[in-house]
Amino acid sequence: MEPAAKGLLREAGMDCPDFVWARDLGQALGFATQKGFPLVAKVVSPKAMHKSDVGGVITGINSMQELRDAYSTLSRIDGFAGAIVEETVQGIELILGANIDFQFGPVVILGMGGVAVEIYNDTIIRMAPLKEKDVDSMVQGLRGRPLLEGFRGKQPVNMEVLRKAVVRFSRFVVDIQGYMESIDINPLICNSKRCVVADARIVLKKE
Amino acid sequence: MDFNPLFYPESMAVIGVSLTHDRHPANVIFSKNLLRYPVRIYGVNPKGGVYMGQKIYKAISDVPERVDLAVIAVKADVVPVVLEQCIAARVGGAVIISGGFAETGRAELQRQCTSMAKRAGFPFVGPNCLGIYIPSRVDTLFLPTERIIRPEVGNVALVSQSGGVLVDQMLRFAEEDVGLSIGISIGNKAVIRETDLIDYLGRHEPTRVIVFYIEGFGENEGRRFVHAAWGCPKPVIVLKSGKSSRGALAVSSHTAALAGDYAVFSACLSQFGVIEAKSESELVAFCEALSCYQKSIIGKIAIVTGSGGHGALAVDLCSKFGLGVPGFSNELRERIRQRLSTSIRSIASLANPLDLTGSAVDDDFVEAVAELSRNEEVDCILLLLLPYLPGITADIGARLSAVYRREGKPLIAYVPHEDKYMMIIEGFELNGIPVAPSVESSILMASALKRCQVC
Repeated sequence: MEPAAKGLLREAGMDCPDFVWARDLGQALGFATQKGFPLVAKVVSPKAMHKSDVGGVITGINSMQELRDAYSTLSRIDGFAGAIVEETVQGIELILGANIDFQFGPVVILGMGGVAVEIYNDTIIRMAPLKEKDVDSMVQGLRGRPLLEGFRGKQPVNMEVLRKAVVRFSRFVVDIQGYMESIDINPLICNSKRCVVADARIVLKKE
Repeated sequence: MDFNPLFYPESMAVIGVSLTHDRHPANVIFSKNLLRYPVRIYGVNPKGGVYMGQKIYKAISDVPERVDLAVIAVKADVVPVVLEQCIAARVGGAVIISGGFAETGRAELQRQCTSMAKRAGFPFVGPNCLGIYIPSRVDTLFLPTERIIRPEVGNVALVSQSGGVLVDQMLRFAEEDVGLSIGISIGNKAVIRETDLIDYLGRHEPTRVIVFYIEGFGENEGRRFVHAAWGCPKPVIVLKSGKSSRGALAVSSHTAALAGDYAVFSACLSQFGVIEAKSESELVAFCEALSCYQKSIIGKIAIVTGSGGHGALAVDLCSKFGLGVPGFSNELRERIRQRLSTSIRSIASLANPLDLTGSAVDDDFVEAVAELSRNEEVDCILLLLLPYLPGITADIGARLSAVYRREGKPLIAYVPHEDKYMMIIEGFELNGIPVAPSVESSILMASALKRCQVC
């Protein structure tokens, strides 16, 4: 589930936003008092494979009342085991994922992320581990590349940070290849300063 | 393991020759090598006797010399025993033609052969394969000589998981005048696998281009293959089948859905500079181009044509395959213009494509190509040569080839493949210039030069 996945990725050196896994409303409100707004709230449920499919992601929370409402909505979702309340980072949504391929071993994908990722399928696959220049060539191959380079006056994504994040992730995948099946970081939110793991899921190897 | 006795045998035993059944695979192999190849050949059958006037030996140990290659064409169950006898007789290597192993679910029988061979350091090709074909040296393909079409001797090595695909590609190579250095059908690849052959063929002197037809790899084998290809000094081309498998399987994550078997295969190949042919016609075009030129281009293509329409088609295709068609500088245009016949100076279009028009003669093509060959603005010249133009003679292929010999800039010709144009085509091909049978194929050839990272 998400909190565990983010914990592991944070250990691996990935930039994860500050969050709390609130098992009750009080913990959620306490985090808001400390961090301020805007926040995002996401259901934690072993039954929700893709949280947004069950209405389990509520973004743009700007007040204590909105947080209370969000928490109550999430608590009605099947398998509810608390909510993640997390600082919001603005930027471009990428997907950074990994899979253990039978023939080629650990591979990494990078591309345009979000919920429609399979529909647009604008992603590039490479065998792990990666070098920094591999990340450049992956970005070169994306149709969405102009969005990363600062489309229509938007700030470009910080390539230095992205390179480091992808290389670090690819090494992490090589290290844990014996234990995992696949990893989705979707979205990885990138802006001119950071590349942040906004949501992540690790599917461990069966057995 | 030393593959040389296996692929370059001086002597060869065919185990399983029948005394009565002429079309038995072993008999086909025995007779074609006896009649047509320089290798010393011995037939083996436990019954002994005489076949085609030759003594048949009862066992490999009875053969009067230590043979380099044993071709094993006996029932699957007997193969381990025969293999053991070959190892004991210090045979150099084997081709196991017999089927009835992993492909029919008898993985254990195959494992038994593999571990026996590995323990003894004994290389074998197969089982369940056609074996090897080396022009004018040896041929273990159990297809009657008169039925197969053999390409010329050349520099392309063809390794195929399927024997049928190997034979079919040989036919295509013959059609397109691509020469073969060695053909290997590896079948179930119980011992010798693709990665071993990259290492061997990378050092194989007659081979300049290595081609694989691959159905699939074992666990992590794709990783070893691309690493080996990356270290190989020769271009490696792969044709893959089974691109559409597993598409419908439910998958557990976005990444697993996006990184399907074939998507990963294709991406990893290109990451490590392996050239993937998406179809058989791409494969032949890539082979022909890379067997002529081991020189990479950036992709600044000059198109020289006698027809505006062909030029326009070629420009579209260049754009589709990521090749540039840069406009010529005024200086270059003027230099070309000065060299054209006075009759076409005012009608030729000196842009890129350079359209010399239907009134051009051999000299115009030769002069324009010579000028372009000396110019840095382009790094490859596509020649859309229409042999039905009245000013074109049968000499043009040989004359343009001479320009390449002198100037060294890659030249790719399109000439319709018709018998009556053969002298033009051969004028190019026999002088090392690739000739495509279609405009598209000529552009595929240029794209192979661009994609070749070791060239």
